[in-house]
Amino acid sequence: MQEVIKKYVIKEYVEDDTEVTNDTPLISGGIVDSFSMVSLKRFLENKYQISIPDDKATPEAFDSVNKICMLVKEYLK
Amino acid sequence: MAFTRKTRGIYSEILSGLLETGLFKQERYIHSSQAADIEVEFPAGAALKKVINICANNYLGMSSHPEVVKAAHAGLDSHGYGMSSVRFICGTQDIHRTLEQMVTNFLGTEDTILFPSCMDANAGVFEAVLTKDDVMISDRLVHASIIDGIRLCSAMHDTFKHSDMEHLEEKLQLHNDKRLKMVITDGVFSMDGDTAKLDKMVELCEKYDALLFVDDSHSSGFIGKTGRGTHELFGVVGKIDIITTTFGKGLGGASGGCVSGRKELVEMCRQKARPYLFSNTIAPPVVAGVIKVLEILSASTDRRDKLEKNTEFWRKGLIDAGLIIKAGDTPIVPVMLFNAKLAQDVSRDLYEEGIYAIGFFFPVVPQGAARIRTQISAGHELHHLEKALNAFKKVGKKYNILGKSKQEIIEMYGM
Repeated sequence: MQEVIKKYVIKEYVEDDTEVTNDTPLISGGIVDSFSMVSLKRFLENKYQISIPDDKATPEAFDSVNKICMLVKEYLK
Repeated sequence: MAFTRKTRGIYSEILSGLLETGLFKQERYIHSSQAADIEVEFPAGAALKKVINICANNYLGMSSHPEVVKAAHAGLDSHGYGMSSVRFICGTQDIHRTLEQMVTNFLGTEDTILFPSCMDANAGVFEAVLTKDDVMISDRLVHASIIDGIRLCSAMHDTFKHSDMEHLEEKLQLHNDKRLKMVITDGVFSMDGDTAKLDKMVELCEKYDALLFVDDSHSSGFIGKTGRGTHELFGVVGKIDIITTTFGKGLGGASGGCVSGRKELVEMCRQKARPYLFSNTIAPPVVAGVIKVLEILSASTDRRDKLEKNTEFWRKGLIDAGLIIKAGDTPIVPVMLFNAKLAQDVSRDLYEEGIYAIGFFFPVVPQGAARIRTQISAGHELHHLEKALNAFKKVGKKYNILGKSKQEIIEMYGM
């Protein structure tokens, strides 16, 4: 799951050679702006057939690949 | 009176921070009318200096056009100074509706509504026509006023990479379940001077049943064979659902803006757009001036043709001089310097040479993409452009950047 999400983040948001690891801060690090979280949320919902409530899709919860994985796993249960 | 020493200190610290980081904006006082030749007081208190202006949005040289000034005078005499009311109470005159109809004809749309500015048009339009059941998909480099409008709207918002049509299509597929989808772009992007691929965007919008929104502020009056805008350039007149534009650039340079497009969407703005509902509209003398501008531009393409020739001359001159410019064919011609301090130094030295052009750097443009944005006008004569080119060559030589690649300039001055 980490690799799938990381690959999506890089393809979607990184337009130069910025390195993204599983712990790289995405929102607070300025890689993903708060507007663009929408597409990330929709990607996760479609990919994993889950529904993430809007109040759970916070900048904090989306701030790294690892944190996103934790969020997704919570709704996969 | 609660503006205590503590409160003052908070703001002083913020303003000092702007000064220290080079982000503090200083106005330069122009003592003449807006034109190719202007007289500038800078810094405040300094003697007036005659300079050539190559950073105005005065693309068609209409800001001080004698016929436009005369028409504004006549409008002032016949319709007064102001309306003291919003449009729907008692703030609409016959000339406001005349101007709306003229803009509709000029742009080839169904209807038009005036706004106090294009900033207001962009701030109000999305909220007026979309709801939380809809999605807005915008180019990542759209103008700040569009971003503000998007923020005020409850519809979902997503972005696509700048001018990347494959990415846009992916987003249209991703959001295909939404009630309404609106694709949002500038016609000409103000910082880079490049043009949106409107032909492809229309195709995609038709394929995925999406609305298309274009801010043509840096296009109206001169892009396309008869100056109607980017939709004319790409052969898609009548296929753009919403065009917003300004009367503060090519179309006169004073103020005001509009939403023009499908009549139902325009009517939604008339009923619901807050900057329309809660602000006076364009003042009568300005309305009269814009009407004259549209009459002049509808009667002849001389001005946009001259602008096209001036732009070709300017772009070729800069390239021949060995400077790096952003590719394109619009009158927005960014001279790339990459380093913020270099951009500021070059701007200062150009001013000493009698050329008024401003440096842009982060956060207005991306880090490492600092530049001097030059803007060409039909009001420029050949001698203006030759003098400006000579100044660029002289200053470029001083900083040893002529004929140098991006990499070489970055090695010398850093990002």
